[in-house]
Amino acid sequence: MSAQLQVNAPAPISSERTESAAFVRIESVTKKFGDFAAVDAVSLDIQQGEIFCLLGGSGSGKTTLLRMLAGFETPTAGKIYIDGQDMSTIPPYERRINMMFQSYALFPHMTVEKNVAFGLEQEKLGKAEIRARVAEILEIVKMTSFMARKPHQLSGGQRQRVALARALVKRPKLLLLDEPLAALDRKLREHTQFELINIQKRLGVTFIVVTHDQEEAMTLSSRMGVMNHGKIAQVGTPAAIYESPATKFVADFIGSVNMFEGRVVVPGTGRIESDELGCTVVVDRKLNCTSGSTVWTAVRPEKINMSRSLEDATGARENVVRGTVKEIAYMGDVSIYLVQIDSGKTVRVTLPNIMRDAEHRITRDETVYLSWHGSSPVVLTE
Amino acid sequence: MGKFDNRAGRRLVAGIPLFWLLLFFLIPFIIVLKISFSEVRLAMPPFAPLFQWVHGWPTPKLHLGNYGFLFTDPLYISSYLYSIKVAAVSTLCCLLIGYPMAYAIAHASPTWRTVLLMMIVLPFWTSFLLRVYAWIGLLKNNGVINNVLMYFGIIHEPLSMLQSDFAVYIGIVYSYLPFMILPLYANLEKHDNTLLEAAADLGATPMTGFFRITLPQSIAGIIAGSLLVFIPAVGEYVVPSLLGRTDQLMIGRVLSDEFFENRDWPVASAVAILILLALVIPIMMFQHFQRRELEAQE
Repeated sequence: MSAQLQVNAPAPISSERTESAAFVRIESVTKKFGDFAAVDAVSLDIQQGEIFCLLGGSGSGKTTLLRMLAGFETPTAGKIYIDGQDMSTIPPYERRINMMFQSYALFPHMTVEKNVAFGLEQEKLGKAEIRARVAEILEIVKMTSFMARKPHQLSGGQRQRVALARALVKRPKLLLLDEPLAALDRKLREHTQFELINIQKRLGVTFIVVTHDQEEAMTLSSRMGVMNHGKIAQVGTPAAIYESPATKFVADFIGSVNMFEGRVVVPGTGRIESDELGCTVVVDRKLNCTSGSTVWTAVRPEKINMSRSLEDATGARENVVRGTVKEIAYMGDVSIYLVQIDSGKTVRVTLPNIMRDAEHRITRDETVYLSWHGSSPVVLTE
Repeated sequence: MGKFDNRAGRRLVAGIPLFWLLLFFLIPFIIVLKISFSEVRLAMPPFAPLFQWVHGWPTPKLHLGNYGFLFTDPLYISSYLYSIKVAAVSTLCCLLIGYPMAYAIAHASPTWRTVLLMMIVLPFWTSFLLRVYAWIGLLKNNGVINNVLMYFGIIHEPLSMLQSDFAVYIGIVYSYLPFMILPLYANLEKHDNTLLEAAADLGATPMTGFFRITLPQSIAGIIAGSLLVFIPAVGEYVVPSLLGRTDQLMIGRVLSDEFFENRDWPVASAVAILILLALVIPIMMFQHFQRRELEAQE
């Protein structure tokens, strides 16, 4: 048995579809439970071969959206197209989609081999072919030697592999993964993330991953969608979402951020006056709003420079504030400083620990100057 | 000190049921076993002593005739087989009726679940005897069922349903159905619904999902329920006496007749021992599966 895996050729794109050929098209889909809209008029296009992550807190509607793709829930309104086909009337067992459940949902009374073979048996394939394909996929997830075990005899990581194998063995066009790594411990999680990406590349399957873990979403996804209150807040690459969040919610949800309320002075030169910050912010671009309108300036902690004297700080008066270090958290690779600035607000600053010795490090209660480059802040209007 | 207390407490807790079983199960069983090897006698008590003094030593005098008698007289063998047949058919009926009911209760909303379970348990609040008597009123020639059928002109002369196998099955299935439903419900209620979703996701129709996922996982419940129905049904006395045939007795009735009509205690004891031996096998099966289910849960 060769370890080479035969990947199904991508299905030919039907001639009817003239415009952009999104592999998964979600068209203003709403799902209501009683009066509560778990998913609220979501529209989303996902391309073939992507790893698309749906990121959101609990109750954001990400799992409900995934369950609608799998067919376990029916949309209250809107339509879902997969590979051009309307999914409205297609029951889960007739969809060429597979799902990896958060709990893995392995059949406890069946061996690993039987679990993986289950999906192929439903396709009424010959015994020899089933055996070959089960062996092949177990080889890929490195579980061949555990074939005869029952799920309760496996560790969490091993169960996760079996669940993945069981979903992939059917060679689905689309694989849905519900919190695939949530049950694994940190070390194993990091390792598995890269393995998932490798397997995805090798098999060319489109992945839609639901997760509440932003690190996981950032590492895995080619694009991601941030969900909040049943709506998609922003869609983009991990870098785009981190560096250019569209709303205060996204800026705050992904990573940590310092946010200051202010008023636009001159939109053309990017000048913002902020009482909360106690200084003028100047960004190196034009602002798309009228002067006098309220905006929020968001700066990531690692984009702030911290120094003992004003001379070191780039520029003067603009983009610089004075403060006192209140707390320091040593994390090994970086240290997190909580600095109380003169206006009274606390600012979070992250600095890499470049030196091994503690001599030059800034200590508690020291007076420091915080500064940032004009390209660093993001100006948000909502 | 703690250790000592702990051990003493553990002994006490284990000792009470042990003492209870010894006193009210093992000792009576030994007495019955002893009587089954004695010879019948017209006296008080109506059997010969098992031990006789021979040359100053107590010598057992085993009388195997009672057991031999059971195998020579066709009455015993036929009622023995008849009892097993009635119990087996009743168990199967209970399973076929009870499984869908238990499944429906397990899948009902929490509010409905409580109501439905209550309705399963409710009949226990009335005396068992009374409920069986009520079936006489329903099944007899001028009973409720015949009257209704005749009123609507579906039949023109009453069906004779009482004193038949049919009536016995109705009585036993009706009486023991809760014993099938409750363990099945307890089992089905624990099932993880995502397993069925996973099966559907892998291409299994709801039917396949049931037979490949739900059914295999409820085997322990099926066995528990079946034994809870089968074991008492084999020795059932009240239902066949009130509703059953007069030409074919069940072994429970034979046992009672031997004791109270014939006053042949040794033969009656032998019958009792044979019923017990036949039931030990399903009981052991029951325990085996219970242990396996416990292990699977760990």
